[in-house]
Amino acid sequence: MKAKVLLSLILLCGGLAAPTARAGDAASAVSPVPAACELPSYLLTSESQLPKVAEAVKAGRPLDILVIGSRSTTIPSSESSSYPARMEVILKEKLPPSEVVRVSVEIQSKKTAEETASTFVKLMEAKTPTLVIWQTGTVDAIRSIDPDEFRGAVTEGVVALQKAGADVVLMNLQYSPRTETMISAQPFLDNMRVVAQEHDIPLFDRFAIMRQWNDQGQFDLFSPSRGPELAKQVHDCLGRALAQFVIDAAHLEPAQQQN
Amino acid sequence: MTIADQVTGSTIAGTAGATPAGTKSRAAAPAITLPAIGERELRLDLFRGLALWLIFIDHLPTSLLTWFTIRNYGFSDATEIFIFISGYTAAFVYGRAMLESGVVIATARIMRRVWQIYVAHVFLFTIFLAEISYVATRFENPLYTEEMGIMDFLKQPDVTIVQALLLRFRPVNMDVLPLYIVLMLALPVILWSMKWKPDVTLGLSVVLYAVTWEYDLYFSAYPNGFWAFNPLAWQLLFVFGAWCALGGARRMSRILASPVTMWIAIAYLVAAFYVTLTWYVPQLSQFMPKRIEQWMYPIDKTDLDVLRFTHFLALAALTVRFLPRDWPGLKSRWLRPLILCGQHSLEIFCLGVFLAFAGHFVLAEVSGGAAMHALISLSGILIMWGVAWIISWYKRVADKSGAKTKNAVGNADLAGGG
Repeated sequence: MKAKVLLSLILLCGGLAAPTARAGDAASAVSPVPAACELPSYLLTSESQLPKVAEAVKAGRPLDILVIGSRSTTIPSSESSSYPARMEVILKEKLPPSEVVRVSVEIQSKKTAEETASTFVKLMEAKTPTLVIWQTGTVDAIRSIDPDEFRGAVTEGVVALQKAGADVVLMNLQYSPRTETMISAQPFLDNMRVVAQEHDIPLFDRFAIMRQWNDQGQFDLFSPSRGPELAKQVHDCLGRALAQFVIDAAHLEPAQQQN
Repeated sequence: MTIADQVTGSTIAGTAGATPAGTKSRAAAPAITLPAIGERELRLDLFRGLALWLIFIDHLPTSLLTWFTIRNYGFSDATEIFIFISGYTAAFVYGRAMLESGVVIATARIMRRVWQIYVAHVFLFTIFLAEISYVATRFENPLYTEEMGIMDFLKQPDVTIVQALLLRFRPVNMDVLPLYIVLMLALPVILWSMKWKPDVTLGLSVVLYAVTWEYDLYFSAYPNGFWAFNPLAWQLLFVFGAWCALGGARRMSRILASPVTMWIAIAYLVAAFYVTLTWYVPQLSQFMPKRIEQWMYPIDKTDLDVLRFTHFLALAALTVRFLPRDWPGLKSRWLRPLILCGQHSLEIFCLGVFLAFAGHFVLAEVSGGAAMHALISLSGILIMWGVAWIISWYKRVADKSGAKTKNAVGNADLAGGG
């Protein structure tokens, strides 16, 4: 028994020591980002990989990214400031100039994961993206869909996207402190994590990221302001984080910057 | 005066002084034995009070204090403690009533209690409606247009409010009372069956739990989905609490005292702690074998996952072992606030839910800083303590003046929960 306790302690210490070392390396590698966007590196890394993205970039083929989302994918009346558009700009900056990056957005507003997933076969016939970023969960949480059904729907969707030959990144809900007492996000966050683990695909933890910003005081997400400024800044940071996340998961960093 | 009233007599433990183990007169019952009369289990009050505080803190947005709640250190959380103790105390009080005055009277008293809990639930729902309506009209941050979809239900109050009265529409954080109402509704049957054969009753409860898992039984909710706490699964904890109260705990005492049990419990808690650690320190998850992860996740709260149940058992086993019934600390002034809150659990629970709503509101409207957060948590707990104190004080005064005229209505308070 003692041995077991000891073993877990050793693992624990190892686990705590390793990431700090990694964080140090990563910090020096990223290009300057606005202070408001700063995040601990573990929120931007994933163990799962994006082999098709890596392959496409290596072969010099264009990188087609499809963002499937809902109303929180965009900012009303300022499309070009939304996170997919910001991600596109940052990716173009970071990847070699010869690389063609095209980002398209498919908004399925007020649709649950199940309803959205049912459109994937047709959608993927029409577009043949290298990478699909599927942002989902909010509508399901609002309607308090059975979390098991939700997990089934996300699994189905992910499988359909993979079958169509794309890499997949899952993106979870926004952190929304105002509605925290009204929307129960946790089961949906948990189930998305499970699906990502089961299918070995990267999960972009939008919820944890936004909560980090709010907790650290980088953004005041309680703000009732009606203007689009806050939304623009948050989306800018999300776009940057997402670009970094994709680059990291596909191991696209230039050789000298790698660990 | 009935025996239940004598239990009431020592409600104010410490002042009234719980009768020590001297009076070990037990009700002579065929199958179940009740603990000695007049002894109020202060440990139950203590941990129920603790559960109430933790539930309050868990309902507030995450802050530093959240790290003191047990859900961060293992699978189970305050809800388990709460339901178990509610089962225990309900069986203790109404089980005695059933032996003393018969099934009909006991059932009537239980129904009276169910009504109180129902009214409390409706009251909380009204407060929720007020809050959500306020936010719906005042908050228009373009970042969150999608999340505002939650307000859609306000468009059809005719359906929503009726569904809420039927306990089918339950907003976030309002799931515990409906669960408790259903469990209390089943209590007459549980007690009646316990009176006959406690072990068979517990066995039936386990069977219902297993069947629920096997066939995926659930209570449907409005507009869709199901109850966040499935009563068909959570009844296991409630019935187990009742079983312990009616003599099961005594019969298990040898198992609980064994060092083997202790080490198994410790090992399990350590393992659970390690697993929870991987949620908060994601870097650690690389040390979790994928196969174990796939077997273990998701750890289902709705259906009271076996991992959660066993985690609670391990916690309870260690608590019973290291915190004896006659531990002098239970009478200390420092634990009084917790014990007081635990003794008026329905009122304090409702107050806690309300304070959590109010706390959210202050955080949103005034400021969301860490200092404000700490202040809200702290003042919430102080308010809970203060109100619990006032209720005890009032009860004492009312009991004194009404003792001569008032007949035995029983002590719903001890049976509390809520």
